[in-house]
Amino acid sequence: MTSGTVEIVRPGTLTTIQDDGRPGLARLGVSPSGACDRPAYHLANRLVGNAPNAAALEVTVGGLVARFSHSCWVAVTGAPAPVVSAGRACAPYGPVFVPAGGELQIGVPAAGLRSYLAVRGGIAVPPVLGSRSTDTLTGIGPAPLQAGQILPIGDTAAGPVAPVDLVPVAPLPQEPVIEFQPLRRPGWFADNALDALRDNYRVSPDTNRIGMRLQGNVIERARQDELPSEGHVAGTIQIPPSGQPVIFLADHPVTGGYPVLGVVRARSLPLLAQARPGQRLRLRVT
Amino acid sequence: MTLRLLPYGERALLIEVADHHEALALYDDIRRDPPAGVVDLVSAAASVLVVFEDEETAGAASRTLRTRTVPRVDRAVGDLVEVPACYDGADLGEVAASIGMSVEEVVRRHETAEYVVAFVGFAPGFAYLTGLDPALHMPRRSVPRTRVPAGSIAMADEYTAIYPQESPGGWRLLGHTRLGMWDLDRQPPALLQPGMRVRFRRVTR
Repeated sequence: MTSGTVEIVRPGTLTTIQDDGRPGLARLGVSPSGACDRPAYHLANRLVGNAPNAAALEVTVGGLVARFSHSCWVAVTGAPAPVVSAGRACAPYGPVFVPAGGELQIGVPAAGLRSYLAVRGGIAVPPVLGSRSTDTLTGIGPAPLQAGQILPIGDTAAGPVAPVDLVPVAPLPQEPVIEFQPLRRPGWFADNALDALRDNYRVSPDTNRIGMRLQGNVIERARQDELPSEGHVAGTIQIPPSGQPVIFLADHPVTGGYPVLGVVRARSLPLLAQARPGQRLRLRVT
Repeated sequence: MTLRLLPYGERALLIEVADHHEALALYDDIRRDPPAGVVDLVSAAASVLVVFEDEETAGAASRTLRTRTVPRVDRAVGDLVEVPACYDGADLGEVAASIGMSVEEVVRRHETAEYVVAFVGFAPGFAYLTGLDPALHMPRRSVPRTRVPAGSIAMADEYTAIYPQESPGGWRLLGHTRLGMWDLDRQPPALLQPGMRVRFRRVTR
């Protein structure tokens, strides 16, 4: 049985295919990758009855237009974007029906950066190293989507479409507070380094799936040399010689050598994934 | 000596050791007998990062790992990979001149050593090989190249490596190999993994 295809009419600024990524391959030099806002991605899949790790689309600042060959159920979560299915305005955070041949438009979100479009059955491109995620650092996995591209839709779902019109989610904060756990390794930062965090930071335009640069008070290092290369995770906050923090996201390099201030708590990672360039955020030790 | 564990966020533990020999031995040891909930292990220059599913498994493992010790370093046990090397790199002349050796001597010293993959990073399949003759240690170029071809054999500081794909790079180019370092159709795609031994064999092309 075929579940049809979805044609990318317009990909927007950056739309990639994402799932739970490729954890466990550091020995090959491969980053975990995967959806940046994991809870939003899982929710989109649950709404259409998919397994939580079915491949979906990560749409950066909206602008996606897609046409479906067959009728199907979809859901949009993450950055709250206006959704139009075959000319009819629909709410994000709920299952949306798209008729056969219908066009789905995801507009520019009022807040946040990344919206997730799950399609019932999942996006069925061939996996690479066990995942369908695009790794923008290494180029592993499918390339970012292009206009005219046609993607196969899978024919297996885990359960029924969620019997809800929409699910309530907390609105994204204007100025998110990013909680992190400091790395207790003496010697690398000035004694008063954390005082810099009294003011907020601005998210730099130089921000992508690999990492986010912040602009604000300089975090004083106690020494200017580099560490011997060591492993990283999504959420590692490293301080390059400029003193301006860099926080790694899903496509982070496996190892690196700048001193590490701390690691973002799991509950703050989704907020980080939704922080837009130009937006302000606070770093808080917890 | 018992392990020095540093909580690295909620879901990981960083274990700092003396050098890459200890890191590799510890990496091997944890890989063979991992605590519950390990999702990834990153062996690096002087540390092993152990990444867990969640805060609970990380917490439990921090108690059990604390009782382990850095295993005895057992050198040169990994599989041996022979890499055909054509020493025609763009930086050979400059390297030789700046350390006051002939090009032939640089090549001889690079070719006769046996190397061990200390860790993999920078790019998929990019293996940091240790065992480089100390006389050849040189910092990376002050201005990196925007394009280094796949298969380039290069060195920087105490490491030598082979670029698996074309990429920018600041290492000093000594030559090239036709042996593929990274191939997604191969299982596993990376030819070199931590602990493996590497020898270069001189070829003319």
